[in-house]
Amino acid sequence: MSQDKHNAAINIEGISLRFGGVQALNDVSLEIREGEILSIIGPNGAGKTSFFNCINGFYHPYKGEILYQGKDLTRLKPHKIASLGIARTFQNIELFSGLSALDNLMAARHIHMKRGALSGCLFFGPTRKEEIANRERIEEIIDLLEMESIRKKVVGSLPYGERKKVDMARALCMDPKVLLLDEPMAGMNVEEKEDMARFVLDIFELKKIPIVLIEHDMDVVMDITHRIAVLDFGTKIAEGLPGEIKNNERVLKAYLGEE
Amino acid sequence: MRPCGVFDKSYGLDIAIIRTWQHWVILISALILLFLFPLFGSYYIISFMNYLAISVIVGLGLQIVSGYCGQISFGQAAFMAIGAYTSAVLTIKFGVSFWIALPLSGIMAGLVGIIGGAPSLRIKGMYLAMATIAIHFVVIWLILHMEITGSFKGLFPPPPSLGGFEFDTDERMFYIIMTVMVIMTYAARNLVRSKVGRAFVAIRDNDLAGEVMGVNLYYYKLLAFFVSCFYAGIAGSLWGHLITVVNSEQFTLMHALEYIGMLIIGGMGSIPGVFFGVLFIRILNELVMFTSPLLAKAVPWLGSSPAAALGLVAFGLALIIFLIFEPRGLAHRWEIFKASYRLYPFAY
Repeated sequence: MSQDKHNAAINIEGISLRFGGVQALNDVSLEIREGEILSIIGPNGAGKTSFFNCINGFYHPYKGEILYQGKDLTRLKPHKIASLGIARTFQNIELFSGLSALDNLMAARHIHMKRGALSGCLFFGPTRKEEIANRERIEEIIDLLEMESIRKKVVGSLPYGERKKVDMARALCMDPKVLLLDEPMAGMNVEEKEDMARFVLDIFELKKIPIVLIEHDMDVVMDITHRIAVLDFGTKIAEGLPGEIKNNERVLKAYLGEE
Repeated sequence: MRPCGVFDKSYGLDIAIIRTWQHWVILISALILLFLFPLFGSYYIISFMNYLAISVIVGLGLQIVSGYCGQISFGQAAFMAIGAYTSAVLTIKFGVSFWIALPLSGIMAGLVGIIGGAPSLRIKGMYLAMATIAIHFVVIWLILHMEITGSFKGLFPPPPSLGGFEFDTDERMFYIIMTVMVIMTYAARNLVRSKVGRAFVAIRDNDLAGEVMGVNLYYYKLLAFFVSCFYAGIAGSLWGHLITVVNSEQFTLMHALEYIGMLIIGGMGSIPGVFFGVLFIRILNELVMFTSPLLAKAVPWLGSSPAAALGLVAFGLALIIFLIFEPRGLAHRWEIFKASYRLYPFAY
C-alpha cells in the first residue's frame, strides 16, 4: 500500500457524536481508501460501533461530514445509504430470524430488484425472471462462503457461527461498494476464526472493495489488514500500518493502562 | 407436496408453488369442483361458504399486515365497514355499477388504511394495537354520525347485476365471491414471496437490519396497511351486496378480534394458515350455534345468557389452547406433515 497514491472511498471529516453527557465520538477523521482492508480497534466503549452507525445512518453526528461519492451521508436515512452501496454486518447478529438463510440473502437483494407490489402479486414473466436472476447472484455468494448445506434452514435455528456467516453473506449479497464488518469473529473458536479470516480475504480478492473491520482479536487484525485506526474514548489516537500500531506508545497505554 | 426423491433441477422450479403435473391436476379439479358446487350443495352450505370466503379475504389482508409485516391491527372490521359503505353509497346514491364500486371500495379502504397505519411509523407492538382500536371506534362513530351513511339505520345496497342477470341469491353471489377470493389468494400468495413480501418480513423480524438492507420502512409499512385494508374493503363490499344491508352492527370490535384469533389459530405468516384459521373459527361458531340450545335445555338453571356466552367462551378457550400448545398455529402442523411426507419412508 503506497501512502501517496490512493483514492478515498469514504472520507470522514471530523465527526462528533454525543448522547446526553457522553461524548461518543470526538472529532474523528478517517479515510477509507479503495483497495484496502482497514481495521478499527480500541478498548470496549471506544466508539467503534457508533462510528459504523454514523456511516450507515443510524446516528447523525452533530458535527463533521462523511463524504462518499461526493455526497454527504450524515443527514441521509439508512435505507438511502444502503442503496448507495454501503453494506454492514452487526456485532450481535441481526438476522431476519423467521426466514430461511436463502430468503435472508434474497431480502438483501432488495435494492437490486425493481419490480413493485403489483407485479409481485402476478409473479409472472419479468418478475419471475428478475427473481431467478437475483437467485443466481446469491448462489455465487453461497458458494463463496460455503453455506450450501444451510440454504433452506430457518436462520433462527442455526448455530452461532453459521448465523455470523449468514450475516456476512447478507451484507455481501447487496453487491456493496464498501463493506463494514462489525466484529465478524467475536465469540468464535480458533478454527472458525481462521475460516472467517479466509472468507474476508477471499471477498477482498474477488470484489476488490474496501473492507472496514472492527475486531478485537489482534492476531487476525495484524495478519489480514493493511491499515489500522485506533479509537479510545471517542477519539482517534493512532492510525497507520500494523507494524507502527504495535509499537505506538498511546495505543499501548490505552490498552494496558499507565505504568 | 412432493414425494421423496423428487428434486428441483432449476431455480425456477425451486421457487415454483406448483411443481408437478399432479399438482396442476389437483388444483384445476379443485377449482372446477368449487365452481360446480352450487349445483349440488345445499343452501345452508353455500351461504356458509360465502361467509367463509369473505372471511378469508379479510384474513388474507390481516395476514399481510400483521402476520408478515408484524404490525398488529385491530382495525380490520372498521376497514371492512369502510369498504361496505363505500360500495353501498356509490351504488345507491351515485348509481355506480357494482363492478366499478368493488375495486373503488377496496381503494377507499386502502387510502383510509394509510391514514390508520400512519401511527405505525412511530409506535410498535401493543401501542400500535391500541392505536388501531382507536381507529376502529373513530370509523364506527363517523359512520353513525354521517348523513350519507344512513347513520344507525344503515344502507341497503342492491345485488350486483351483469347484462340483466341479477346476482340476487346466495348461489349466484357464490360465483362472484369465489372468483374474487381465488384471485385475491393468488395475489397474496405471490406478493409475500416477492421482493415486497420479503421487505415486509424484514420489517417484522428486524426493522433495523431491514433498513440497512435498503428497505424504506415508512413506505413498506404504509404499503402493508394499504394492501391489508384494500383486502378488507373488497371483502366489505362483497359482504354488503351479498346480504344487501349494511349497518354498523355488523362491524364490531369483536369481529376484528375474531380475525386476529383466526390468524393465531391458523398460523401467523402463512397464507394457508388463513384458510385453516377461518375454517376452524367458523366451524367452531357453527358447532356452538347447534349445541347451545341443547345445553340450555339440558341445564335449564343456567338460563339463556350462559348459552349465548358459549360462543365467546369457546373462542377464548380455543385461543388459549393454541397459544399454549401450538403457538405457530395449524399451518405449522401442515408444514410438519408436508416435510414428513417429503421424507417418507425415511426418518430424515
